[in-house]
Amino acid sequence: MTRSDIYGLMAEFDSAEAITKAAHRAHEEGYRDMDAYTPFPIEEVIEAVSPSTTGVPFFVLIGGVLGASGGFLMQMYAMTIDYPLNIGGRPANITGWPSFIPITFESGILLAAFAAVISLIALNGLPMPYHPVFNVPGFERASQDRFFLCIEATDTKFDRRRTREFLQSLQPRQITEVEP
Amino acid sequence: MQRYEQIEPIEPIIGPGQTYATITERISSIPLTDLRQTPRGWLVGFAISFSFLMLFLISILWLFARGTGIWGLNIPVAWGFAIINFVWWIGIGHAGTLISAVLLLFQQSWRNSINRFAEAMTLFAVACAGLFPILHLGRPWLFYWLIPYPNTLGMWPQFRSPLAWDVFAISTYATVSLLFWLVGLIPDFAILRDRAAGKLQRQIFGLLALGWRSSSRHWYRYEMAYLILAALSTPLVVSVHSIVSLDFAVSQLPGWHVTIFPPYFVAGAVFSGFAMVLTLTIPIRKWYNLEDFITMKHLDNMAKVMLVTGSIVFYGYLMELFYGWYSASVFEQYMVLNRMIGPYAPFFWALILCNGVIPQLLWFKFFRQNIPFLFVFSIIVNIGMWLERFVIVVISLHREFLPSSWDMYTPTFWDWSLYIGSLGLFFTLLFLFIRFLPMINIFEMSMLQFSENEKARRREARRVQLAGDTPEPAQMA
Repeated sequence: MTRSDIYGLMAEFDSAEAITKAAHRAHEEGYRDMDAYTPFPIEEVIEAVSPSTTGVPFFVLIGGVLGASGGFLMQMYAMTIDYPLNIGGRPANITGWPSFIPITFESGILLAAFAAVISLIALNGLPMPYHPVFNVPGFERASQDRFFLCIEATDTKFDRRRTREFLQSLQPRQITEVEP
Repeated sequence: MQRYEQIEPIEPIIGPGQTYATITERISSIPLTDLRQTPRGWLVGFAISFSFLMLFLISILWLFARGTGIWGLNIPVAWGFAIINFVWWIGIGHAGTLISAVLLLFQQSWRNSINRFAEAMTLFAVACAGLFPILHLGRPWLFYWLIPYPNTLGMWPQFRSPLAWDVFAISTYATVSLLFWLVGLIPDFAILRDRAAGKLQRQIFGLLALGWRSSSRHWYRYEMAYLILAALSTPLVVSVHSIVSLDFAVSQLPGWHVTIFPPYFVAGAVFSGFAMVLTLTIPIRKWYNLEDFITMKHLDNMAKVMLVTGSIVFYGYLMELFYGWYSASVFEQYMVLNRMIGPYAPFFWALILCNGVIPQLLWFKFFRQNIPFLFVFSIIVNIGMWLERFVIVVISLHREFLPSSWDMYTPTFWDWSLYIGSLGLFFTLLFLFIRFLPMINIFEMSMLQFSENEKARRREARRVQLAGDTPEPAQMA
């Protein structure tokens, strides 16, 4: 693979149907380092360009388990070891566990939700104020009503001329070389 | 059976003639309007809300200066407006989570045009709700004692008390709702960034969008995270109002010590929340010409949800009466009688009328699709749900076990001013929201448009195919 002085080649499409077809064709052609930019998630495009797992559920599980067990242990420690109190006849030992469940549940949910949001932002590499694709003319419509497919220069099959020819065969509106 | 009839025209959830571009333009133009071109109607509404917010602040100031004695509280009625308002507000919030999370899990795509708005309503309602217990503390400046933190007093909150559960439930609920709302806003901030005319606007929305670039790989994680948040919020919303109801149900007071409380409170919360969503969306869709996005189908669906939850609530009222009698406890039986024919009986019967009888009209399509009726109805339900909490809190307390301590509860000016003022806080936040943020989720509307187009195409293909077939003779008479 030769080092390339561009980030990749970006093709712009008119419709969700066109980008779906294009993403699948590119995948069949053997391109792997590519990404589509669409105003809303399109399942079939995601299938073609994304890695197989998101990684988010794993962190949510960790967050939920930590939150719930932390919440429960905090209450057990406070109410049975640090400052045992007998209130309402609820025993100050492990048998009083049912009254600790609501807070255990809430703290589990709280940490799981934080884990979901933080892992979403971190795994997506956000916040990222600069990215090469923003250099593409007309890219501001990627969030509105245009659909973009970018084949990145890091792909093993990437070749400036041949990749451009391939993209051309998909009949895009235009093709742009993305400045790094 | 005629096979042509299998394909019926369906009521649209997006008006005809909309495209991705028009949807984006329509919704994003509201927050992107230049400050100097703010609609006059908005300014008037905001000014009125803001003056009530000032009333709220004055009421709080006076409360801090003089203490809770300025309210009509006394023994035996030690929980008055503050708790009623707390439960009322938190209940209103629940519809937002229901719409955004539960309906997402059930793949009810019509929710897409009202979820952002309903989530904002949740946040603001929870903000109002959260203030009341703190203001009711007596020494509100020590509210942080409710939070477990290492301190020199060697003191912990009482974790076995439902009041401590409440602190965790409400703060978790507020936090998770905020996260859910903000995650939903990220792609829309990117749209606003890309459409902004001015440099400052572009920079502000650019910062908020975190550099979102609509990448499919990002969308993939985004959808997963969003789904997980919805799955977490769904049990959360049930737990929150259940815990609120335990504030009452764990006590031993007749009228509070009821096992039916958790489910019946949750249903009541959804009922009141949908009422508030209707109260707010009906005027807003009119003023901002959003009838294409919030269609008759939405109003009809919301009315149906209200019919279901309203009927559950009504069943709850009847069961309370039934178990009062069936308990064979003289105190429970007296409580039921006192509700029906005691000094506060008009409140109880008004409650039955507002929440039990009038919602039954929604069985009829005529009422479900009558917009002026729905608006008036939603306000009646809001009042009814407030009365419900009044009936539960005050009527149960004012005649307790010892007749010598019986007393009446009369709210004072400051009770009312704090309540009305909290409406000011709610509407001030709401006006700011509809002016400065996209009140309908733009990318989800485009997605909805995409899937509706797909569906329409499939329907059309099927229709053509069926019409092409020669009609077969019916197999069974």
